[in-house]
Amino acid sequence: MYPELGQVSLILALLLALLLSVVPLAGALTGRDSLQAFARPLASGMFVFTGLAFAILTHAFMVDDFSVAYVANNSNSMLPWFYKFSAVWGGHEGSLLLWILMLTGWTLAVAVFSRKLPSTMVSQVLSVMGMVCVGFFLFIILTSNPFDRLLPNIPADGQDLNPLLQDFGLIVHPPMLYMGYVGFSVAFAFALAALINGRLDAAWARWSRPWTTVAWSFLTIGIALGSWWAYYELGWGGWWFWDPVENASLLPWLSGTALMHSLAVTEKRGVFKSWTVLLAIVTFALSLLGTFLVRSGVLTSVHAFASDPERGTFLLMLLGITVIGSLALYAFRAPVVHVRSRYGSLSREIFLLLNNVLLVTATLLVAIGTLYPLVLDYLDMGKLSIGEPFFNTTFSPLAVATGLLLGAGVFSRWKKTDGGWLGRKLLWPLAVSLTASVAVILIYGGFKPWAFAGVFTAVWVAVATLWDLWDKSASRQGRLHGLKRQSRSYWGMVLGHLGVAMVMAGATVVSNYGIERDVRMVPGDSAMVGDYEIVFTDIGNRRGANFTAQYGSFDVLLDGKKITELHPEKRNYPVGMSVMTEADIDGGLFRDIFVAIGERISDDAWAIRLQYKPLIRWLWLGALVMAIGGFLAIADKRYRIREKNQVKVADRAAKTGSAQAAGATS
Amino acid sequence: MKRLLLFLPLVIAVGVGIFLAAGIGKDPTKLESARIGKPVPAFSLENLNDPTQLLDESVLKGEVALLNVWAEWCPSCWDEHEYLMWLSKEKGVRIVGLNYKDQRETAFSFLGRLGNPYDEIIFDPKGSLGFDLGVYGAPETFVIDANGIVQYRHVGVVNKQVWEEVLQPVIQKAKGNS
Amino acid sequence: MRNIHGALLLLILCAFGAQAEVSEVYDFDTRAEEQRYQNLIAELRCPKCQNQNIADSNAPISKDMRDQVYRLMKNGATNDEIVGDLVGRFGEFVQYKPPVDKRTILLWAFPAIAVVVGVAIVAGVAIRSRKREKEESALSPEELARVKKMLADKDQQA
Repeated sequence: MYPELGQVSLILALLLALLLSVVPLAGALTGRDSLQAFARPLASGMFVFTGLAFAILTHAFMVDDFSVAYVANNSNSMLPWFYKFSAVWGGHEGSLLLWILMLTGWTLAVAVFSRKLPSTMVSQVLSVMGMVCVGFFLFIILTSNPFDRLLPNIPADGQDLNPLLQDFGLIVHPPMLYMGYVGFSVAFAFALAALINGRLDAAWARWSRPWTTVAWSFLTIGIALGSWWAYYELGWGGWWFWDPVENASLLPWLSGTALMHSLAVTEKRGVFKSWTVLLAIVTFALSLLGTFLVRSGVLTSVHAFASDPERGTFLLMLLGITVIGSLALYAFRAPVVHVRSRYGSLSREIFLLLNNVLLVTATLLVAIGTLYPLVLDYLDMGKLSIGEPFFNTTFSPLAVATGLLLGAGVFSRWKKTDGGWLGRKLLWPLAVSLTASVAVILIYGGFKPWAFAGVFTAVWVAVATLWDLWDKSASRQGRLHGLKRQSRSYWGMVLGHLGVAMVMAGATVVSNYGIERDVRMVPGDSAMVGDYEIVFTDIGNRRGANFTAQYGSFDVLLDGKKITELHPEKRNYPVGMSVMTEADIDGGLFRDIFVAIGERISDDAWAIRLQYKPLIRWLWLGALVMAIGGFLAIADKRYRIREKNQVKVADRAAKTGSAQAAGATS
Repeated sequence: MKRLLLFLPLVIAVGVGIFLAAGIGKDPTKLESARIGKPVPAFSLENLNDPTQLLDESVLKGEVALLNVWAEWCPSCWDEHEYLMWLSKEKGVRIVGLNYKDQRETAFSFLGRLGNPYDEIIFDPKGSLGFDLGVYGAPETFVIDANGIVQYRHVGVVNKQVWEEVLQPVIQKAKGNS
Repeated sequence: MRNIHGALLLLILCAFGAQAEVSEVYDFDTRAEEQRYQNLIAELRCPKCQNQNIADSNAPISKDMRDQVYRLMKNGATNDEIVGDLVGRFGEFVQYKPPVDKRTILLWAFPAIAVVVGVAIVAGVAIRSRKREKEESALSPEELARVKKMLADKDQQA
């Protein structure tokens, strides 16, 4: 009975979404407040019914209702309860439902937190969100119904959740990632609303900014969690493989980063509007592209869902309508009139534009690298693989260039920066970074050009960011007062940039100075990896809740002293007949020691993979610091007070905006 | 003029969409063999049925043949075997077997249960010929023309549809050429 | 006494460490060779798997390919020869680094082209802005009026 209720509430939510996409928009266009007033109740209703459907599916998992096909395919009565819970989004249908739940959640959030915005704007934004929701409700109801039943032949037990997914990672990674993906729909909706009513102005940028930043922060955490999960779970110690699915998450992140920076320019200086609004559209389009790539099976990936051409076609149509519709609107409505604003060649505006050039190049590079094999195959020019070596050679220079630019850009001023002054400003940070990076390179031993470039860039970004903070916090009432005086959005920027520095440092050091060894060991053997000695003490068997495992014991010694014991496993899951390598890791702020059991070579000998991974944690910590920066930035006062001003700004902007739109169409 | 520039993103998006649409439904894991148009690599391996007899590349010359890579441990090989029996009996197709990374006893028990559609069976317990042919998973079926040149490689199960739509036309063409 | 014990222990430990150093799954004469092997197998793709290199994949075919890489290395083959051998068997698909040729030149050259074009556009924007600055160094009467009005608005709000 419950599953049918779930289906009914999805259909009700679809109907509400349909109303939401039409009624408030009609109200805004005809100027009828009574119609616009429907926006908020409709958004709430849509969220409530989606939430109900989600709760019902969760319930089906919790009570092992294997009459529901999706539950039977993705769960098992032996599964621990927390994995039953996360198994709700362990497959295509359920994860899509989670996606939609978040989409309606973001819609509701816009409805709740936008009371200070002009009502026409809110109505239009919510209507656009409603349209996106309609597409996804149709997708789930028509092609991917999670409530399909297996009647009357109810299986006695489920086929079990893929063992790779029976992990803490599944509990946290998809929700965070989807929050990010879906969150960009808000910036998209604001962009479309602004294009519809011609109010593409500083006020629009101000409203879009916090939404973009918060979505970006979630996406950052989501990607980092995914990388961390792959690192410890997939069993070979890689943290980024440039796999199509990984790239799919990186695409909106890169363009979203560009968007955040270009929104800053548009808000502060009212320029580059057409560019910013394009980025907002493209970023959400890339989120959708990612969803398509992951679920359509057009590319091979370690992480992809089972492919289904029918779903792929539907999703592509959805993607096509959204992207073509919004880009057509953009082409007809975006302003081409130049704002009469002046900025010198070294102004902050120009620095941020260059930042956008590099970030957009990186976005396109990842997109082209991911899709190129598809294109060549279509043109019958062979099947190519484009992987790590290609991306490492092409992406690293871009990352270094972005970092170098960032360091200088931090000191730049709006409108105009004096070249000589900037040069003098950079002299000391340059000297400090050079010294520090030489020291780092010496510690890790061995000069490598790219390692030096990476470390230098990371240190440069960090030093420049902190130097600027030091400059700005100078105060007669003491340093502490000066630090307190800085706005939250400035602190957000500082943390964001420090996070970038940490990620760069981690990525550079671990890829250049990490050590990997595949050795043949029998119990009693010991092997060196870096300065650490690994002793293989024993191997035995153990039973888990739903698996059996070969269980190794290793001592890790440093300078002859035992520092820890590691227990990597090779697990055998009988229900799905799959074998999993469960590595064990001794984690630390400055290095990880990673041990995994490979194949059995002879009766007592095993292939063992040993890895020394310096600074690998900095990758994820850096991402976390970035995300905290993002959350801090949206807590800035200016987004909360001065609400009266905002309305006035908006009203005035409306006048100039419509004047501009008129100019644009002429 | 400037407005035209704003249409550029739209044009690019439509272009990308066409490629994505073309990619749907294709299986990106199916690879074309690198050996097509090249002769079967030289080998010298035991006959499965007779350890004293060594077979070499000449068993694949003189007549268009299917070279079927199989093993007892491969589940899909069990699925396609019945169809191979039919092909050899009813259609008179010459099929040479390549017993891949298997053991003699298990191979015999497999053939004992399901029948033997093969004219000759090459015994390749180490998978060395398989490796030279670029075999990456059984079952795989190669079409070899009368001169011993590889014309086509099919990865996966051979069934009615694969035979009618893929293999038969290739064989016809190979026969016409030689 | 305690010192002697300590020294003895250290000696035993050192001896143990030296004695028990294990062999690689594949034996190499030098660390550089081992590194070269690791780099090679990281750049080759397992044809059977869902996007994994042969270093990370447990598939039997990956093991065969690793064996072949090792064998060829021992025979003194260069990196290009080793990759070429495997490409000859399994096709271009197995190399993660696409060759630079007619088909892929756009792919490889793209980042450089994009950065050059992008920087040129930004330079154009900057130059145009500078030109404007020269032309309109003084405010026109109309603009002056607008500034006055804006200031007045601001006063009202404050």
